[in-house]
Amino acid sequence: MANNLLTIFLVPEVSLSILAICSLMYGLFSKKNAFIKTTNFATLSLLIVAVLIYFDFNTTFASFDNYFLNNSFTKFFKILTAIGAAASLVISKNYFIDSKINKFEIPTLLLFSTLGMMLMISAKDLMIMYLAIELQSLSLYVVATIKRNSLESAESGVKYFVLGALSSGILLYGFSLVYGFTGQTSFEGIYQSLSQIDKLPIGLVFGLVFVLVGLAFKVSAVPFHMWTPDVYEGAPTSITAFFAIVPKLAATALIFRFCLEPFGNFDFEWTQVIFFLSVASMFLGAVAAIAQKNLKRLLAYSSIGHVGYVLIALVAANDQGIKSASIYMFIYLLMNIAFFSILLSLKKADVFVEKIDDLNGLSKSNPLISLSIAIIMLSMAGIPPFMGFFGKLYVFIAAVESQLYLLAILGVLASVVSAFYYLRIIKGMYFDEASHTESFEFIITNHAKIILTVVMFIITFFIFYPSLLTNIVVGISLN
Amino acid sequence: MTDIPLLSLTIFLPLLGAVVILLIKEDKSSVDNIRKVALCTSIGVFLLSLLIWLQFDNSKAEYQFQEKIRWFSDFNFYYHIGIDGISLFMVILSTFLTPLCILASWESIKIRVKEYMLAFLFLETVMIGMFASVDILLFYIFFEAILIPMYLIIGIWGGDRRIYASFKFFLYTLLGSVLMLIAIVVIYKLTNSMSIADLQGNYFSTNIQMYLWLAFFASFAVKIPMWPFHTWLPDAHVEAPTSGSVILAGVLLKMGGYGFIRFSLGMLPEASEFFAPLIMTLSIIAVVYTSLVAIAQTDIKKLIAYSSVAHMGLVTIGIFIVNSQGLEGAMIQMISHGVVSGALFLCVGVIYDRMHTREIKFYGGLVNRMPIYSTVFMIFMLGSVGLPGTSGFIGEFLIIVGSFKYSSIVVIGAASGIILSAVYMLYLYKRIIFGVINNEKLKDILDLNLREKIILIPLAIAVLLIGIFPNIFIEPMRLSLDLIISNYELVNGK
Repeated sequence: MANNLLTIFLVPEVSLSILAICSLMYGLFSKKNAFIKTTNFATLSLLIVAVLIYFDFNTTFASFDNYFLNNSFTKFFKILTAIGAAASLVISKNYFIDSKINKFEIPTLLLFSTLGMMLMISAKDLMIMYLAIELQSLSLYVVATIKRNSLESAESGVKYFVLGALSSGILLYGFSLVYGFTGQTSFEGIYQSLSQIDKLPIGLVFGLVFVLVGLAFKVSAVPFHMWTPDVYEGAPTSITAFFAIVPKLAATALIFRFCLEPFGNFDFEWTQVIFFLSVASMFLGAVAAIAQKNLKRLLAYSSIGHVGYVLIALVAANDQGIKSASIYMFIYLLMNIAFFSILLSLKKADVFVEKIDDLNGLSKSNPLISLSIAIIMLSMAGIPPFMGFFGKLYVFIAAVESQLYLLAILGVLASVVSAFYYLRIIKGMYFDEASHTESFEFIITNHAKIILTVVMFIITFFIFYPSLLTNIVVGISLN
Repeated sequence: MTDIPLLSLTIFLPLLGAVVILLIKEDKSSVDNIRKVALCTSIGVFLLSLLIWLQFDNSKAEYQFQEKIRWFSDFNFYYHIGIDGISLFMVILSTFLTPLCILASWESIKIRVKEYMLAFLFLETVMIGMFASVDILLFYIFFEAILIPMYLIIGIWGGDRRIYASFKFFLYTLLGSVLMLIAIVVIYKLTNSMSIADLQGNYFSTNIQMYLWLAFFASFAVKIPMWPFHTWLPDAHVEAPTSGSVILAGVLLKMGGYGFIRFSLGMLPEASEFFAPLIMTLSIIAVVYTSLVAIAQTDIKKLIAYSSVAHMGLVTIGIFIVNSQGLEGAMIQMISHGVVSGALFLCVGVIYDRMHTREIKFYGGLVNRMPIYSTVFMIFMLGSVGLPGTSGFIGEFLIIVGSFKYSSIVVIGAASGIILSAVYMLYLYKRIIFGVINNEKLKDILDLNLREKIILIPLAIAVLLIGIFPNIFIEPMRLSLDLIISNYELVNGK
């Protein structure tokens, strides 16, 4: 009994929920510097959880009557989520304090949200899946509006809430249809009840599409992306960093698992839907970003584009696709951490940089920072020799393996269009003169600096030792 | 062979120099040190590449100096480099032009010297790496990475319309090369191999060859550039700083020709045979049309840029007639054009540095004030025209001889290009150099200084050397080219 009680703490999700509650208490009862204390506490908790997931003490125990799945795929994504959340907390600490939204609820809420994401990644039952999605979304709705006296923040939060609630409704409707036609809520049960037939009944197709629509909202795939640019722009940059880095990981993992596990034998039913989502996301992400003036908005469209590329790997619906998506999301995570850690530390005339034009002339005063931004941009555009190229390469390998030549060609063409706006940022930094005489300030905490350095190092020199990542990814599969 | 990884050393020495430069803090006193480090590095690389040439075994057709290290754990991608007769002189051309470019920008580049030298050394690594790659993915990575330093060189140190030109250059060439990426992935999936050496032959069905060929064509035709994909070139050339134009014309355009020989002929012989008439048509149009356009130019750099398109048209004719004269001619023409057009851009740079204009009308009668300059310029001008004794003659002559076996229409097209090139080059020379000085501002223009002599004289020697002793250059490449030709003829039943 005592043994069991001890092992239950070693289940990462359990310990994370306990740690999240502890962090709430800690914040509530500390009189001074509650925000800094809870942030440090939350960061530490996330790292502990990442270590717990890595060592994976008791997998069979952690499946809770088959409600949760633990395998190499979920493990990989859960570690990424924990690390991403921890990194986003570290890099945004300064920004929170500087813009006076240093409330201790933020790290606590982000912990709960991360917990929801981990459950999402592992969910093996429609009910758990829904509850997990709601747990992460509800926490994020609050965080998006945390800057109460800012109209934009409130607006973005409400927008996010309304659209999120709508998507949850659609998702639930889809669930009910799936349940109605199969009589099962668990992934395995659905799979088994479908194993006898070779064509889905029309009602089940509807259910499947509704669920996919709901999930497309969460990954912000076109045409369900409307909330992304507004929320990215309206929310404080530190929150945007979290939005850009973490929830995408969980939602992507979930959409992969939902398509490939219960409906794994019916890929001809959902690949068309995902095909469209993918192409539309890549092209809209590429074209709409061209007209943007705000860096955060631009990044929102860029993330929509990236989702399009990950979905290519899903359309491929093969083992390579799962590996490619894992690599792609890892690279996406690193690039976003690097970019946001710069964005959250760079000030011009005492205001944080937000417009693309604000970066003009940066290369003269801060050559190293602008070089970093340039490398991140080229990497996001998929120009070799930087890391982003390899993400795209892996996705295309998966696509070609499933003979999706058209999708691959559309993908590379969209990447040329998107190269334009990434280059525009480099152009501003290197080719243009600064429009104002105010100088740039780069204030960064030591921890954030370490993160930035390490991540930049990986992005730049990945080409020399790619096996570091590919060795891990080789073992990833859904079984 | 020696145990020292000579080729890797040649590829990565420039990066090492770049790291050293990165550590120097740029201020007024250290700018000269930065330049010196860059120059010494590039000269060292040149010497290394000469060492490779010395050790190169002319009696082997396959890759030499091979190095192969596993690169990805999950796919058969290797860090696999090597040199054969086709790539040898491309590498040497790159290492030869880079120190001259660095020397040429000694005074003309005044702002951001550190970044400039960094970009240039990075560029050199990428150029050598691309020509030395045996792994196709490695080739692709270098092929695309070239865009980054070139984009910065045009965009930061270029002329008035530099931003437009740099974007056009980047996006245009990127659009071409991304399709190649898909082709590469398809090749990998079909054969499970990425080695250029292993894939020489006829490993793909006719149908697939057609698609692959078109994908490769998209990237190489933009790069080389063929009419009608050449429109990025005049803009990029005109706006780039002198040394940027030299590398663009001298090395970057050769990437297209190199790719055609390696990939189109070597791997996709059936499709090459099928599409050869298309290439011939486009090439002849390029030769005639761009030559006529060149005659009408008022900007010296633009004129030379259009002449490049015409000369590269001859190269594609030489490549796709696929016989030993044609291919050797195309190779020599590429080397010769690399030296000659690079030198011509440097010559334009000399007078641009003094007068800050490239308008042909502005000049006239320079021979009265700049006799040495006029002589050197004449050598390059004649090299471009293809006068016997200069490098241009060998290439053009071999291509024409080769194309007689193919079709007499092609001969007429190629030959008319040569005549037209004499028209625009001699006309340009007459307007700039001869006559009396009418422009007051030219009265006290100075002749070449020591630095400019050091830059231009090696180039003049190279032009004459290729022209008088072409065998030194043809001998090493002969066997490698014959291998491609015999394979091509075997497959297409000739």
